[in-house]
Amino acid sequence: MALNDILKHMPSVGDMLSDYKSTEEMDFINLSQNKVLSAPPYSNPVENLAKLHENNDNIKINFDHGTTTLGFIYQGGVVLAVDSRATGGQYIGSQSVRKVVEINDLLLGTLAGGAADCTYWYRVLTSECRLYELRNKKKISLAAATKIMNNIIYSYKNSGLSMGMILAGGDMNQVSLYYLDSDGTRTMGKVFSVGSGSIFAYGVLDSGYKWELTDEQAYELGRRSIYHATHRDAYSGGTVRVYHVKKDGWNLISEEDCLDLHRRYEAEKKK
Amino acid sequence: METIIGIKGKDFVMLAADSTHPHSIMVLKDDENKIHKISDSLLIAATGDQGDTVQFVEYISKNILLYKMRNGYELGPKAAAYFTRKNLADYLRTRYAYQVWLLVAGYDKKEGPQLTFIDYLANTLSVNHGAHGYGGMFCGSIFDQYHYENITQDEAYEVMRKCAREIQKRLIISQQKFHVTVVDANGVRRLDDITAENLKN
Repeated sequence: MALNDILKHMPSVGDMLSDYKSTEEMDFINLSQNKVLSAPPYSNPVENLAKLHENNDNIKINFDHGTTTLGFIYQGGVVLAVDSRATGGQYIGSQSVRKVVEINDLLLGTLAGGAADCTYWYRVLTSECRLYELRNKKKISLAAATKIMNNIIYSYKNSGLSMGMILAGGDMNQVSLYYLDSDGTRTMGKVFSVGSGSIFAYGVLDSGYKWELTDEQAYELGRRSIYHATHRDAYSGGTVRVYHVKKDGWNLISEEDCLDLHRRYEAEKKK
Repeated sequence: METIIGIKGKDFVMLAADSTHPHSIMVLKDDENKIHKISDSLLIAATGDQGDTVQFVEYISKNILLYKMRNGYELGPKAAAYFTRKNLADYLRTRYAYQVWLLVAGYDKKEGPQLTFIDYLANTLSVNHGAHGYGGMFCGSIFDQYHYENITQDEAYEVMRKCAREIQKRLIISQQKFHVTVVDANGVRRLDDITAENLKN
């Protein structure tokens, strides 16, 4: 087992591992039940996993992190905008991450925090939403979908998950917006931004936001907020994607490279 | 970081809670309701760990409603507070201890009003006035001076305004808006929010 090989290199964990006589005895529950995560085979994963970073002689694990995502409600629905960069420490792992997850044709979610955690649990949520549809012959509401997600996340609280999600979609014939994170928070609101670049995005977003925005103004506000975050935050960048969510479904509005946006905004400023 | 405060009068209990939802150094939201209506005669105000407060209050409130369905009568405010305390205490020595601070407010036709202070260690105390959070530290002396046994609802609301004003003046953390809810013989009623703007008048 690969995991086992890695863990052997950790002195603190290696000792704990010796309690297990063979890999078969370790509880890889997620191989048989794909909606359950097996905890690492040692106590207190949050503390002990951090020890991987302490002794830098052996293996370095850096989880993909660093993001700017935002979502806001206005008169015409919800706008979600995201960047596309994934970083592991100082290293840019990818410039082409799709940080908006298309759960079904009514629901969208954004991912921030641990890329692995987010994609894994969004996959579980997507299947739960589809199962709900098959069982009940109707689409799941956003309130119910976020509650499912929140209950899963809450059951793994303090086990080291790292995620910050914004979910948007049609709900009782109106559009709403939820924020979820790995602390177990689930809350409805008007304006949210998550990730390392969120402080920069909020600056632009809050100063330009109002309920009466037209569709075009709203797209531009979302796009500009993410662009400014990619400019100031080293951990955000790549492509700026903008989505529009209405009560009868969502649309992908634009996908633009942040350098192209930079050139365009720079030219506009000079005029 | 957040503030919840409560005042008991002769025939009512009034709760106030700030409406911020903090997340590390940011205010994630400024219209969060922390005063949960459990029934027509019971309120729970809760602060603490974001995930835990919602999960715990929901668990308690659903169980109190289940009790009513099974037995045909409701848990009184005292019984509800002890039920809450017992659950918190049972979870305290587990790995899943809830980090929640509560004020349980209720009105019973026979027993009258009841305000119970519960902290995350399940310390439980029946009080005439109580508060949780950093903001709550400023309220103790205000209650001592202005609270008296026969305080009216209008006077209690004015004391809440005094507390909010003091918090906004002296506490470094911004708490711009307070929700106020009262429970009495007529049930549960939401009063006007106390905001930085209407405190100027």
